Amino acid sequence: MIMSNRVMKLLVPAIAIILGLLVGAIVMLFSGHDPVQGYIALWDGIFGSSYSIGETIRQISPYILAGLAVAFAFRTGLFNIGVEGQLIVGWFAAAYVGMAFELPMFIHIPLALIAAAAAGAIWGLIPGILKATLRVHEVIVTIMMNYIALHVVNALIKTISGGSFKLDRIKPTASLRSEFLSELTDFSTLHYGIIIALLMVAVMWFILEKTKTGYELKSVGFNEEASRYAGMNTNKNIVLSMMISGGFAGLGGAMEALGTFGNISSMGGFTGIGFDGIAVALLGANTPLGVIFGATLFGSLKYGSNNMPNAAGIPVEIVSIVIALIIFFVASGYIIRVVLNRMGKKKEAK
Amino acid sequence: MLKKSKLGLALSIMLIGSAFLAACGSDKDTGKEEEGTTGSGEEETSEFTVAMVTDVGGIDDKSFNQSAWKGIQDFGEANNMERGDKGFDYLQSNDDTDYTPNLNKLVQRDFDLIFGVGFIIEEAIDEISSQRPDTNFTIIDGVVEQPNVASVLFKDQESGYLAGIAAALMTETNKVGFVGGMDIPVIERFEAGFIAGVKEINDEIEIQSEYTGAFDKAELGKATASLMYSSGVDVVFHAAGGTGNGVFAEAKERKTADPDASIWVIGVDSDQYEEGQVGDENITLTSAMKRVDNAVVDISELAKKGEFPGGETVVYGLAEEGVGLADSRGAIPEEHMKTIEEYMEKVSSGEIEVPEKP
Repeated sequence: MIMSNRVMKLLVPAIAIILGLLVGAIVMLFSGHDPVQGYIALWDGIFGSSYSIGETIRQISPYILAGLAVAFAFRTGLFNIGVEGQLIVGWFAAAYVGMAFELPMFIHIPLALIAAAAAGAIWGLIPGILKATLRVHEVIVTIMMNYIALHVVNALIKTISGGSFKLDRIKPTASLRSEFLSELTDFSTLHYGIIIALLMVAVMWFILEKTKTGYELKSVGFNEEASRYAGMNTNKNIVLSMMISGGFAGLGGAMEALGTFGNISSMGGFTGIGFDGIAVALLGANTPLGVIFGATLFGSLKYGSNNMPNAAGIPVEIVSIVIALIIFFVASGYIIRVVLNRMGKKKEAK
Repeated sequence: MLKKSKLGLALSIMLIGSAFLAACGSDKDTGKEEEGTTGSGEEETSEFTVAMVTDVGGIDDKSFNQSAWKGIQDFGEANNMERGDKGFDYLQSNDDTDYTPNLNKLVQRDFDLIFGVGFIIEEAIDEISSQRPDTNFTIIDGVVEQPNVASVLFKDQESGYLAGIAAALMTETNKVGFVGGMDIPVIERFEAGFIAGVKEINDEIEIQSEYTGAFDKAELGKATASLMYSSGVDVVFHAAGGTGNGVFAEAKERKTADPDASIWVIGVDSDQYEEGQVGDENITLTSAMKRVDNAVVDISELAKKGEFPGGETVVYGLAEEGVGLADSRGAIPEEHMKTIEEYMEKVSSGEIEVPEKP
């Protein structure tokens, strides 16, 4: 029985991905495109050259942080839809600190990162307080906070830059990019943000598994009433959880500010990273390690799929369908588990 | 017995899986071989090749990107080129992080000239052009100071000015509206020109000017236009890309409800006549055209001849046929057309200088 459980654990994601690829292939066949060429293009888009590997990792970094943000709040029973907004204010804070101050690198980068995390935390604090004191549902507040973030940041950019639509580039002392990484990956925009993201995975694991606070946070997530009865301050934990969650999201914004873009431009709409973070967290079952898996899958497919129109001539719309199908099947691993169980039981009956 | 059957099932599925993976593996190998052959093919040919990267509006935005792609296709057709590595191609950007990788992909495919369409690609071009000095780039609607980059600007204020003249001549309520996308220099040029044009004809006319903050939110455009039309505005000029589709939608709804209503929309970038069709009527007054296609063909031809204007900024105005008004198809009466044509000549000759900032 133990044996078959272990097999199942490996089997389910493998079957899920294969099914996703197969159904995706059917879609490509029916729309008159060569699925083999398509998947070669996808593979090359992710692993094909040092450049694409660099860009794929670059794409994964903010996904990890957005995923952590959603997962952390979720463990305390909170649904943080506001990761997008927290990420945008974090992006702005990091870009501003990076641009406005002249500091040596070992102070400048940490300061910009802290500013981003703090901005995100403040953006998470407001829905946290409203939830804790007035029982206003955090989903509504965080969604609205997204819009406030978007337009406040756009207005700040305009004011600070004196009427322009973007801030000046950050000083080199605040940049997470490096000559070394750039040369290693043939001028990709890969930056050291991935290290920060992985570090935060460890931080989340540590808080949840090794600290009293983490134990309380999880406890509130399992059963708020029981936790209160046990003597925990559930309101404090709700606020704290939203702040930490917002902090992760803010750091996700710092990846864009200090690494990928090196500044912030006024935005016509949301970046989408925060919303994808919800899927990343759920794919990873809201665990720190699971988030790495979810972010890697999301980031690789998102970046790699750009190569499908480029190398295989498949239209963007078909590519979106194929990628969505793969993610759909991975996410519905539960269905595959049920089917496998049924098949097992049928044999048993015989 | 139980265990065995399950194991059997698991094993058979594993087998299928590994067979599939093996198949994948061999595909990859052939992929690499193919790449190798196309690689050498590229070296043999020395034909001129051209490609473009869209901004997030996409290739079929009915405006800017579409116009640039039309220019590239026209150029390709005129020179017997085919779509692909040895001719012309485009890559679509789905979000702001795609610009740099897309430009790089085209560099790696060895295109001679690469267009970045839209001011937002400015920084990506700036970065890449210094890393890839052997490729020529062109930025549309932006300025990049690099020796291998040509910058193309349009005098949007001039077509905005003519749109303003037309709106002022046509309004019956003495109220006109402007719906902008994001508050950026390009759109400000349209707005500045429009306001100057309206004031030129009649200082008394009230101008309602709104920015929606986005180029892809038709619902915002519709809401803004609805407010304007409700307050008595009868001509709305939009410079808002996809957001402007909402302006058309609102105007068409009002025209359907009341066929006698005198309401107009002035389109932007390309001739948006078809957008305004309501049964037998049409609410498109005219469009402030931006001939990105002409500019693209122009720069491509120069580059092909070896006269690529690297490091220079090329400005296309009314005089260069880079901007203008679309055919109104009778919506603007003859007498007003004459007035507009007079102003066209004045702007074209430089007698009137249209402001760039509102």
